[in-house]
Amino acid sequence: MDKRKIEESIFKVLMIISAITIIVSLGLILGSILYKGLPSLSWEMISQTPKGGYYLGKEGGILNAIVGSVLLAFGATILAAIISFPIVIFINVYNRQNRWLANIIRLTFDILWGIPSIVYGAFGFTIMIFFGIKTSLLAGIVIVSLVVLPVIARAIDEVIKMIPQGLFDASYALGATRLETSLKVIARQASPGILTALLIAFGRAIGDAAAVLFTAGYTDYIPTSIFQSVATLPLAIFFQLGTPFPEVQARGYASALILTLVILVISIVARLLTRKYKKFKI
Amino acid sequence: MIFNRVLKDKIAGKTMLFLTILACSSLLLIFAGLIFKSLPVIEKSSFSELLFSSKWHPLKGEFGMLPFISSTLWVTGVSIIIAVPLCILSAIYLSEYAHKRILQLIFPIIDILAGIPSVIFGVWGLILIVPIFGYSILSGGIVLAVMIVPVVIHVMIEVIKTVPSELRDASLSLGATKWQTIKFVVVKKALPGIIAGIVLGLSRAFGETMAVLMVVGNVVKIPHSVMDAGYPLPALIANNYGEMMSIPMYDSALMLSALILFIIIVVFNVFSRLILIRIERNVGYNS
Repeated sequence: MDKRKIEESIFKVLMIISAITIIVSLGLILGSILYKGLPSLSWEMISQTPKGGYYLGKEGGILNAIVGSVLLAFGATILAAIISFPIVIFINVYNRQNRWLANIIRLTFDILWGIPSIVYGAFGFTIMIFFGIKTSLLAGIVIVSLVVLPVIARAIDEVIKMIPQGLFDASYALGATRLETSLKVIARQASPGILTALLIAFGRAIGDAAAVLFTAGYTDYIPTSIFQSVATLPLAIFFQLGTPFPEVQARGYASALILTLVILVISIVARLLTRKYKKFKI
Repeated sequence: MIFNRVLKDKIAGKTMLFLTILACSSLLLIFAGLIFKSLPVIEKSSFSELLFSSKWHPLKGEFGMLPFISSTLWVTGVSIIIAVPLCILSAIYLSEYAHKRILQLIFPIIDILAGIPSVIFGVWGLILIVPIFGYSILSGGIVLAVMIVPVVIHVMIEVIKTVPSELRDASLSLGATKWQTIKFVVVKKALPGIIAGIVLGLSRAFGETMAVLMVVGNVVKIPHSVMDAGYPLPALIANNYGEMMSIPMYDSALMLSALILFIIIVVFNVFSRLILIRIERNVGYNS
């Protein structure tokens, strides 16, 4: 009798330790980035582009990478949404009866989700070489949109799947076509969920390094057209930490802090939106 | 007017069908592209030479990938050994024992952890892990373990949730303690799903690039212990892809490594997703 209780309490302690380990590891990640990044974080870092000799420790900032990352993530998210929304509408509205097709498509997206971004990046780079395209913002947007496409599609799908049949029936009964139902009823009902999906995808896109490594290139300037190379935050962090100079490395840590803060803000906003959405759910 | 609306509806439907087919075929397109690009190196040297030789001399045209493949296996193995007990225990705790307040605290934490970019994990590894364990397989494994925890825990909690409460009640009413019920009923029932979660984490660990690349040392040799430096496949692609054009066959060899990653990850994903779909369907029948 007691043996069973002892075993249970031992495992309970182990379980609590595991849960605490997970909390602590997030704390350690945020703490160490904050500790290393905060001393070199300055207004100059986020308001200037790199000046001559920046990578040797001279003045300048990483505005090029911040602007580049935001442009790239924004473009990729929009492009992925434009492609994925019709697909989700197709399997949930137009082809609602055909469960088999929907399941195949969901499985495909789940697999696409699992493919590492380095494979997308390498694949994209090969295609770019084949067609003789140079690294550019546009190429980066296209490749990163492939990376976030399954994220957006599955997230929107989860929201639209939950919309009750009655809403469809009511709209059809009023004589609306499937397209009108999709755009005026379903999209509106799902809009907070779609917004959350876009934010999650934006966070994924802004933090992705492996896919932009060969496709977006790197430059010290803010791009003026989508056909120019563009710098991105993850790569800025990576390159600055790769230099042998402590001052530059310190700024690498500060860049990491900036990226972490951006991601945290996105994730908190997404969370608040989800909560708001739950409140208005039919 | 009516004709217009119906026409619009039809055109939109066709466009959506087209996009859907396009998205579904993208998987096959990538697969075909990778095979096409890696054919030259496969034709030149035999499969066994590519996969099981440790002679990596691109300039001499020797592309033995064993160091990279074994590094990948080592790093993934270490991360799974660390992450799996952590995930199983936490998932059981969170779904069976934890108070609602604790859940409200820990779910956002897991979500945030899932959203942190891999570069940040790499920076964390450089700051905290590398000073302790050096640039080694172990450092890469630890960083990877923390990265895959959210994925695995999420699946495990979902799966444990699907175990019907009647089963728990039946076991408890027979006099089993809560822990016995969990051990002999809940975990046993949820086992396929738990395995699916682990495999999903495994495939995530396989393809992870930047974080591992930053802490694992990138030395081309077969590692013999967790303290050795390694050079996993994704790091190989990331480090060399920009400069491969100057050496013949190099790009083909790198594409072959991407192909290996692709095949392994697709197989793992299909396996675990099919298990999870089956579990989900069974729940539908029961309720």
